[in-house]
Amino acid sequence: MTPARKKRLGLILLMVAGVAVGVGLVLKSLDQNIMFFFTPSEVMSGKAPQNKLFRMGGMVVEGSVDRPGDGLTVEFDLTDNEQRVTVRYAGILPDLFREGQGIIANGKLNDSGEFVAEEVLAKHDETYMPPELAGMQSKQESAQ
Amino acid sequence: MFLWFHKLGSPPHFYRIAGKWIPWLTWIFLAFLLTGLYGGLIEAPPDYQQGESYRIIFVHVPSAWMSLLIYVVMAFCGAIVIIWRMKLAEVVLISSAPIGASFTFLALVTGSLWGKPMWGTYWVWDARLTSELILLFLYLGIIGLHNAIDDRRVAGRAVAILALVGVVNIPIIHYSVEWWHSLHQGPTVTKFDKPSIHWSMLLPLLLMAMAFQVYYVLTLFQKCRVELLRRERNSKWVEEL
Repeated sequence: MTPARKKRLGLILLMVAGVAVGVGLVLKSLDQNIMFFFTPSEVMSGKAPQNKLFRMGGMVVEGSVDRPGDGLTVEFDLTDNEQRVTVRYAGILPDLFREGQGIIANGKLNDSGEFVAEEVLAKHDETYMPPELAGMQSKQESAQ
Repeated sequence: MFLWFHKLGSPPHFYRIAGKWIPWLTWIFLAFLLTGLYGGLIEAPPDYQQGESYRIIFVHVPSAWMSLLIYVVMAFCGAIVIIWRMKLAEVVLISSAPIGASFTFLALVTGSLWGKPMWGTYWVWDARLTSELILLFLYLGIIGLHNAIDDRRVAGRAVAILALVGVVNIPIIHYSVEWWHSLHQGPTVTKFDKPSIHWSMLLPLLLMAMAFQVYYVLTLFQKCRVELLRRERNSKWVEEL
């Protein structure tokens, strides 16, 4: 490489490194804003905003889904395997909503520590398999 | 090897070689596309959670991969443009931009259509979706900047710098689902662990990814040939065609 080309290569590397560091610092300072949701543990330890809408994500606890009263309201517990928070929601649930599945609820905490959701989104995981195989797996798990 | 590379860099030579490859690439593309579509839409079983609607991944995931890959190719060309002032790299860079923008758009639209029934929403501002949208704006910015400058050589250098600056977004898109809590799921195939997708679905997915890659090279060659003719319309080799 000629000296002029070496210099230009150096400048490019410097530029990309500079931009990367800059963007990295911005993202670091925006960390909490980029987080799409809080986990139940974070909510219980008071990290989530009070009296403001925020999102909470976790697994729907097996056997916790209940429809009290009018049949429209749904109640279920969300967990991150450490803490549990009860969620109350009146509305249409997405297709993928089921017990043991990850979901994200948008809403706020009420005075009794329940999370009143205005919107419930299902969080799909990255596993894809045929239904027969999934059936076999759950049978194996229950046999163990 | 270097000599071959050097020769390929000359416009008339590239024009001829690309022209020879185009019919072959068309057949290879069609072969991958048809086997991939047949495998994905007919042979592959439904998903245990999502049923039939997961099949959009056979378009969505390859498009998203291509949107990243094409940008990396463009940034690489950008470095060559700045360091070696190579004309062909400018042509490849700017010819890739509309193709990359289309794949990004396709990834966003297919993801959004899938998101409504599965997540319950067309769009959320989570890290993955937002960074992919920024990628679309980067592509559009590169196209716009190139059109705004009349002198082709100056335009080539300007978009090279923009392409290089934007490359920091690529790792952000890829790792967005791991660095932050997001609604979008984590990587299924592109991780060090075993892919968490059954092989009967993985195989058509990879075939579709191959089809999209060949399609990119195919359209890139066609666009590059046009761009070369436009730039070199006054030179001797174009007159001799």
